[in-house]
Amino acid sequence: MRRRMRAVLVAVSAAAALMVTTTQAAEKPIKIGIIGPMAFVQGENHWAGAELARDEINKAGGIKVGSQKHPIEIVKVDSNEIQSVPDATNAMERALTQDKVDFVIGGFRTEAVLAMQDVAMDYKKIFLGVGAAHEQLGLRVQQNYDRYKYWFRIAPIKSGDLGKVLFAGLGAIAAQIRNDLGKPVPKVAIVAEKAVWVESIVKAAQDNLPKMKMEVVGVWQPSPVATDVTAELSAIRRAGADLVFTAISGPVGIVMGRQMGELQIPAIPFGINVEAQKEGFWQATAGKGNYVSTLDTYGEGVEITPQTLPFVNAFKKRFGKPPTYTASTYDAMYALRAAVETAGTIDADKLVPVLEKTDLVGAAGRLVFDKLHDPVFGPGYVTGLAVQWQDGKKVAFWPNNWNGVTYKGVQTFKIPPQMMQKKN
Amino acid sequence: MFQDILITGLVNGGVYALLAVGFSLIFGVARIVNIAHTAFYMLAAYLVYAFLNIAGLPLLVSVILAVGLVTALSMVCYKLVIEPVREYESAVLIATIALALIFQESLLLTFGGNFLGSPTLIAGNMDVAGVRVTYQQLLTIVVVALVLAGTWFLLHKTRLGLAIRATANDLEVANLMGMNVGRIAMYTVAISVALAAIAGVVVAPLFVVDPLMWLAPLVTMLAIVVLGGLGSLKGSLIGAFIIAYVEAITVFTVPAGSFLKGAVALSIMVVVLLIRPEGLFGVAFEEER
Repeated sequence: MRRRMRAVLVAVSAAAALMVTTTQAAEKPIKIGIIGPMAFVQGENHWAGAELARDEINKAGGIKVGSQKHPIEIVKVDSNEIQSVPDATNAMERALTQDKVDFVIGGFRTEAVLAMQDVAMDYKKIFLGVGAAHEQLGLRVQQNYDRYKYWFRIAPIKSGDLGKVLFAGLGAIAAQIRNDLGKPVPKVAIVAEKAVWVESIVKAAQDNLPKMKMEVVGVWQPSPVATDVTAELSAIRRAGADLVFTAISGPVGIVMGRQMGELQIPAIPFGINVEAQKEGFWQATAGKGNYVSTLDTYGEGVEITPQTLPFVNAFKKRFGKPPTYTASTYDAMYALRAAVETAGTIDADKLVPVLEKTDLVGAAGRLVFDKLHDPVFGPGYVTGLAVQWQDGKKVAFWPNNWNGVTYKGVQTFKIPPQMMQKKN
Repeated sequence: MFQDILITGLVNGGVYALLAVGFSLIFGVARIVNIAHTAFYMLAAYLVYAFLNIAGLPLLVSVILAVGLVTALSMVCYKLVIEPVREYESAVLIATIALALIFQESLLLTFGGNFLGSPTLIAGNMDVAGVRVTYQQLLTIVVVALVLAGTWFLLHKTRLGLAIRATANDLEVANLMGMNVGRIAMYTVAISVALAAIAGVVVAPLFVVDPLMWLAPLVTMLAIVVLGGLGSLKGSLIGAFIIAYVEAITVFTVPAGSFLKGAVALSIMVVVLLIRPEGLFGVAFEEER
């Protein structure tokens, strides 16, 4: 009897131990490193977008791998990449070796992301890029597929596609200048910070603008961290520019917006101005950044897909401000979840072909990857937005009847009043 | 283009002069190379931003508080960080670099990496010789002129100024004559940092306030003081305008190379170091100094 009791006890203990092990296995989280400059807005948005997705996915039970659901654990990885590229590679190394993350999402500055991409590829870990636009990141996949196949870009669209959006936006504004001011050939000043990512955009602008019946009056290339551009603006004013075509990611974008407003330069600033995408731009320019326009990803009240407004509204409700484009970590998390659930594994080599077949309606558009693992650009896919600051609010004005695309919520572009003195 | 260069150089030269004169002053008197000089300038810009936009204090109060607090802090820093190692120039250099980084990281922790903007003290603009300038820029020129005149008065018409100049002329003799050179050095640090703080509060509405804003003017300022001659106030003043005009000429004549304006300033510094190591108005380094 005693022997039987002992056997029962052993069996119960073994079953209990097995249950504990099984429960622990079921609860073993999938670790995702969210990498970005966490002391800066870009990193804050990386993290906020990921937090939102994590909570939604975990609330729904987690990610299903085979027959079991696993919760997501996100790990904050501060790359400090705005200040130091070596810091970024060290952070990536630490995330992969010490934090032992299963996937990495994020990155911002091209120079740092190129270096971090190499580290992630060394460890054969899937790295979903959310922040850098340079073409080279995708070209590496084409040039050396076996090594770089673990890289996928979620946002933004690559710089060549950004160029297409820029020219479409420029075309729309030039048409308005022709119409409202009676100037058949608007003059354009190109202001691009001195950085690798702008090179193709500047060249494309110099080649294409004359074909679009616009005259390029000069190219100015201040430092991305220049604190004063009054000299450049004086020269631009003297050149009679109607449009200031910007390709700026650094804080010089704030200086540019503010000083254009203070000096009442009679020209429309449009292009890429990363600082103008942020909610803090209005404050940073002390309210002088009116009419500054830029490409963007999200806009308040703009419905790109049915997912956009729920995401933007939830983000604003939770964090008190609308998302910037690096909050596309949100879409990245959902893309990853879809791939893992389809593949039934978190093994990187098995996930790559599944991720390549991604077709996800995200908050920023329909996400489908091309051969370079870049998001497909165009009507029906990801297009981006063009926005303009109007009296303290960021208003989307493009796409508006572009190749049949008009998003619900886009409004009219406004020409600055100081431009009207140029009316012919 | 000529008038554009003339006006732009004048405005920027004034701000550079405020920074360079302060930096040169403390080197001339106490042989302290204060790398944290522009970090104090950044601190003042942040303080005026915080007093104005967060605490909601009136403008004049914010400005006075910011300059006063930064100046007081500089004296504390001198006592705690610089004075103990003052005899060792390389140690002073490293200590002030550390100080600047402490300020940078503290501001990054407190305010984040966000770029901040202060409202202009006087809104609006006008055309001067066909060049559009803001009233804030004009105000900057006026403040710079007043502050530099005040500094000249302090140095040449007061007993403290006489002591500072005597110490600058020969530290050991001043010491032998019974002057408290340590205290004079501390006062000089305070005056020097007050100049940087004034520059900070004046340019905060012109530029963007961020935790790295001390780096770019540091490089420019070093170029100016080497050009003008380390320790020479007149040299710093003239050097500031030379560099500002060179930068303006670079932007206006080579638009696609406007990012090079900093590099051009540094190139001038290197050339001056090679041809005339003591700078345009500097005193040749003698063994007894």
